[in-house]
Amino acid sequence: MEQYEPLSPAQRAATQRSMTNGRGALARRSLLRAGALGAVATAGLTACGIPAASRTGSNTPSTDHSATEKIVNFSNWTEYIDVTDDGKHRPTLEAFTKRTGIKVNYTEDINDNVEFFGKIKPQLSAGQDTGRDLMVLTDWLAARMIRLGWIQQLNPANLPHAFTNLAQRFRNPDWDPGRAYSYPWQGIATCIAYNKKATGGRKVSSVSQLLDDASLKGRVALLSEMRDTIGMTLLDMGHAPETVTDDTYDAAIARIQKAVDSQQIRKFTGNDYTDGLSKGDIAACMAWAGDLVQLRLDDPDIEYVFPDAGFLFSTDNLLIPNKARHKTNAEKLIDYYYEPAVAAQVSAYINYVSPVAGVQPYLAKIDKSLADNPMIVPDAAMDAKSHQFRSLTQDEDTRYEEKFSKLIGA
Amino acid sequence: MTAASAPAPVTEAPPDPVPVPAALKRAARRRRSVPYLLLLAGVVWLLVFFVAPMVYQASTSVQTGSLDTGFKVTWHFATYWDALTEYWPHFVRSLVYSGIATVLCLAIGYPLAYTIAFRAGRWRNVVLVLVIAPFFTSFLIRTLAWETILADQSPLVSFLNDIHVLDATTWLGLTEGHRVMATPLAVVCGLTYNFLPFMILPLYTSLERVDGRLHEASGDLYATPFTTFRKVTFPLSMPGVVAGTLLTFIPASGDYINAELLGSTNQKMIGNVIQSQFLRVLDYPTAAALSFILMAAILAIVTLYIRRAGTEELV
Repeated sequence: MEQYEPLSPAQRAATQRSMTNGRGALARRSLLRAGALGAVATAGLTACGIPAASRTGSNTPSTDHSATEKIVNFSNWTEYIDVTDDGKHRPTLEAFTKRTGIKVNYTEDINDNVEFFGKIKPQLSAGQDTGRDLMVLTDWLAARMIRLGWIQQLNPANLPHAFTNLAQRFRNPDWDPGRAYSYPWQGIATCIAYNKKATGGRKVSSVSQLLDDASLKGRVALLSEMRDTIGMTLLDMGHAPETVTDDTYDAAIARIQKAVDSQQIRKFTGNDYTDGLSKGDIAACMAWAGDLVQLRLDDPDIEYVFPDAGFLFSTDNLLIPNKARHKTNAEKLIDYYYEPAVAAQVSAYINYVSPVAGVQPYLAKIDKSLADNPMIVPDAAMDAKSHQFRSLTQDEDTRYEEKFSKLIGA
Repeated sequence: MTAASAPAPVTEAPPDPVPVPAALKRAARRRRSVPYLLLLAGVVWLLVFFVAPMVYQASTSVQTGSLDTGFKVTWHFATYWDALTEYWPHFVRSLVYSGIATVLCLAIGYPLAYTIAFRAGRWRNVVLVLVIAPFFTSFLIRTLAWETILADQSPLVSFLNDIHVLDATTWLGLTEGHRVMATPLAVVCGLTYNFLPFMILPLYTSLERVDGRLHEASGDLYATPFTTFRKVTFPLSMPGVVAGTLLTFIPASGDYINAELLGSTNQKMIGNVIQSQFLRVLDYPTAAALSFILMAAILAIVTLYIRRAGTEELV
C-alpha cells in the first residue's frame, strides 16, 4: 500500500477545486438532488406492497354471458378425460356440445396445484377474469380458494343431477359443507405401490415398511403432495389425519426425516413416480390408485396395496372462479357429468374413483371388471379405511408447508 | 453494452460569420437526437423487464404479512439474515455444483472448440451445428433424457459398476451405493451437459480469431507445441474463456431443473428453495431476499474473477 505523503500545495489546491467547483462538486444542489432521489426510491419501494389476496367481503360482481355466448372455458389436468383411440376426439364433451349447443374450450393446462395457484393468483386476487369458467383443483387448494373468496357459489337449480347423484361420501367436506361452491370431478385414493421384480417378490404393505425396510434402501419414493405423504404416515403411526395437531404433524415429519437421513428415501415425486416404478429404480412408493389401474395393464409386475392402517382419500373439484363469463354454461357442464351414463364413460377411460352414485350398472355395460373394481367404485371395506386430511387454517397451512418443504430438501 | 456505443462525438462547428439557415440547424439537431431515439426501445425494454421487476422484488424482500391479509413494506431487513442463516448450505451447494460443472465444461469444451477452430476443416460448420443441435429440443426433455441414461439398470451405470468407478465416486461422496440417479454426480452431469454449448461457442469465436501465422512464428522460435499453446494460443483465447465460464457459471448456479429432476432431497440447490418459497410456502419476502442474496453473491464472485482474469475487453 501507498505510504502517506503530504500533498503538495498544488495538488491540495486541485483537490479543493474539484470538490467545490465543476461536476464533482459537493454542492448544496447535488446534495438536495441526491436526497430527493433517495426519497423517491424509498417511496417507490414502500408503494409496492402486495395487496391482500382475500376477496371476501369485497364486492366482485360477475356478469353471466351464458345466454348470448354459447361457450364454456374448461381447464383440467392432463389425461383426465375420455379420449378416442386416435386422440382427436373427446366423446363426452362432443356429446355435450351436440345436445346443448354449448362449445367447450377444453384446455389441459393444470399440471400441479402449487404452480397453477401461482399462475391464477394475480388475476383472482385483483378481482379480474382469468378467462376460465371452470377448473379442477384438489381439495386443499379448492379450500384455500373458497377461503379467499375467489369462487362463485353454485346455483342448485342448474344442478339437478349433481345434487341427486353425488355419492354420500363426498357430500360434506369440512371446507365446503353441503357442496355450495364445488362438485367433485374424480376421487383419488392414495395407496402403496411396488414393483414385484424390484422387491424380489416381497410384498410391501405398510408405510412403516417403506420407511424402515432395509431391503428397499434408496429405492423408495414418497409423494411431494404434503397431505398425501403426511396423511399416510399419520395413519401408520395410529393418528387420524382428520384431527391432525401440531404435535402429531411434527411427529410424522420427524418419522419421515429419519428415513430421509438414513437414505432410505430416494425421492419425493409428483406423477413421475410411474416412470421409475416401471423401470425398477423405485421399488416401492406411495402412489395414486388411478394411475395404477393404467400402469398395471402395461406391466403386471406392479402391485398395489391399501394399508391396513388406512389410506388417504381426496378429490379433485370443479370450481367456477369469480368473474367467469359463462357461469350457467359451466353449471350445465357440471350437471352433465353427473349423469351416470356419462360418468361411466369417463371412469371407464381414466379409472379414478367416480363421485357419481349409480355409475356401476352403466360401467358394467362397458366393462364388467371395471364395475367390480373397488378402486373405481369403492366398496364398504374401502370406505371404512378411507380418511381425509382436515382443512387447515391459513397460519397452519403456511407453517406446515414450510416444514414439509424443508423435509423434501428445499 | 448499449450505453458504450452511444453517440459519436459531435464536433462543434467553428464560429461562422455567415448565418446558418434555420433548416440546417434543425437537421443537425435531429441528427444529434437520432442515437437517443435508437436507444429508446432498448431502454424501455430494460426499464419494463429489468428495472421494474428488480424494484418490485427489492420492495417485496423488506415486506411482512400473509397471503390473506397482503404484504406491506415494514423495512424488515431481518428477512435477509434469517434467509441466509437458514439456507446457507443451499447457497454453498449451488456454488460448488455450478463451479464443478463450469470446470468440467471448460475441460470438455476447450479441446472441442480448439478442434473446431483449427482442425475441423470443411466439417467445421457441421460440427458447429451439432454443438447447438441440443437446443432444438426443450431443456426439460433433454434433462429427462438423463433420467433414462442414468437409470439404475441402464447399460452405462452397470458398466460403471463393473469397472468399480462408482465405488470411487461413492467414497468421494458423489454417489450413493450403486446408483447415479438422485446423487450429486447426476446433478453435476446434468448441469455440465445442459450448459456445455454456452462454453463452446464463445471459446470457438475467440479461438477462431487467433491468427494461424502466430503458431508458425512460435514454432520458428523453437517453441514446442505445448509452449505455443501455453504462451500464444491460450492467452489469446482468454476473452473466450472468461465469457464462456461466466455464461456457464451464472445460469448454472441459479438452475433448479437439474436438481429437481436428477437430484434428491440432499441435492436441492438455491433455485429450488426460491421456487418452493414462492409457490409452495407463499413466503414472498424470503423468496425475494434469497434472490437478492444470490444475485449479490454471483456479482461479487464475478467481479473478483474478472479482476483476476484481467480481461477488460469483455463483450
